[in-house]
Amino acid sequence: MNEHPAYTPYHPRWLRSRPSTYWWLKRRAYLAFITRELSSIFIAWFIVYLLLLIRAVSQSDASYRQFLAWSRHPLVLLLNVVTLFFVVFHAVTWFNLAPKAMVVRMGGKRVPASLISASNYLAWAGATALVLWLLLGG
Amino acid sequence: MADRITMRVARYRPEDESGATVHEYEVPCPKEWVVLDGLNYIKDRLDGSLSYRWSCRMGICGSCGMTVNGEPKLTCETFLSDYGDGPVRVEPLRNFPVIRDLVVEIGDFMRKLVRVKPWIVRPNEKPLSEGEYRQTPEEMDEYKQFSMCINCMLCYSACPIYGLDPAFIGPAAIALAQRYNLDSRDEGNEERLDILSEHEGIWGCTFVGECTEVCPKDVDPAGAIQRYKLTAALEGLKSFVMPRSAR
Repeated sequence: MNEHPAYTPYHPRWLRSRPSTYWWLKRRAYLAFITRELSSIFIAWFIVYLLLLIRAVSQSDASYRQFLAWSRHPLVLLLNVVTLFFVVFHAVTWFNLAPKAMVVRMGGKRVPASLISASNYLAWAGATALVLWLLLGG
Repeated sequence: MADRITMRVARYRPEDESGATVHEYEVPCPKEWVVLDGLNYIKDRLDGSLSYRWSCRMGICGSCGMTVNGEPKLTCETFLSDYGDGPVRVEPLRNFPVIRDLVVEIGDFMRKLVRVKPWIVRPNEKPLSEGEYRQTPEEMDEYKQFSMCINCMLCYSACPIYGLDPAFIGPAAIALAQRYNLDSRDEGNEERLDILSEHEGIWGCTFVGECTEVCPKDVDPAGAIQRYKLTAALEGLKSFVMPRSAR
């Protein structure tokens, strides 16, 4: 049938219903999806914050200290805690997606999805440990 | 378990109504009855004007997809007894225009399906004298999961992206494109890449994952899409860094 049909008595009008405004509350997966979409703003903030840090470090010792002082402000701290939560949320989504996007074969057999996810999480833990070691006096 | 159950069926009769209405019917509920049996009972005994699609009754034809208690389901494999004392709410598949009662208009899906060329594309067929195109079991395993799709469109009904942006090519069409892309006999990857890598193609998907959850054949369309995103990204990178002749 035509995409834009001419309705006639012999071709009655189709019923087109719009999704309800609150469709995203009807399933956990929909809520997670909308949360991911909305929280991209926090991911953008994370990048901006990182760029500001790099700028402060590259300018002078004083500007770096000023940046640290500004970062200690309760509002900035709160924003960064919320941002951390959403960055972790996005990272977990990404790691769960990885085995779906990657098909790895070893010895002719497909590597199980759980193993691909696990290797991602291990690499994440490794990178976190390395950063902590650098920060805490490596 | 009750021996009868109430079915609340969404009706839309365009000659009389401007919107959907809900009608209640009481049907028998033996343990082997599926929702489709209930609808057939209504049609045969209670109200012959009820319209819906069905054919094989065994989860193969993909015709009887409807929304049962809010979930996209094949009504031929959804047991009435799973809903306890009821009621069981039956509505048409979401995200599609309704023609009448539980019958939805599937033209949009059919047009999209054809666009991704879900058939083996070979610019040059080899002569018959060279025999058939042989394939190892491993080569078949590459695409077999995606070949299980029965075009029931439950995945379109569960996909919020398709609901919000009907231009999105959708889960089943992409999974079926992958079914042929991964077939060792096929040479149509490049032709499909142009269609699948459009904005309304794979990049429209934001990995909600509900298409895979509702798929009655375990096709995993969400997996097919994510996998193709990686392929398309690598192809994009190749076309950027390598001359055409070296690809």
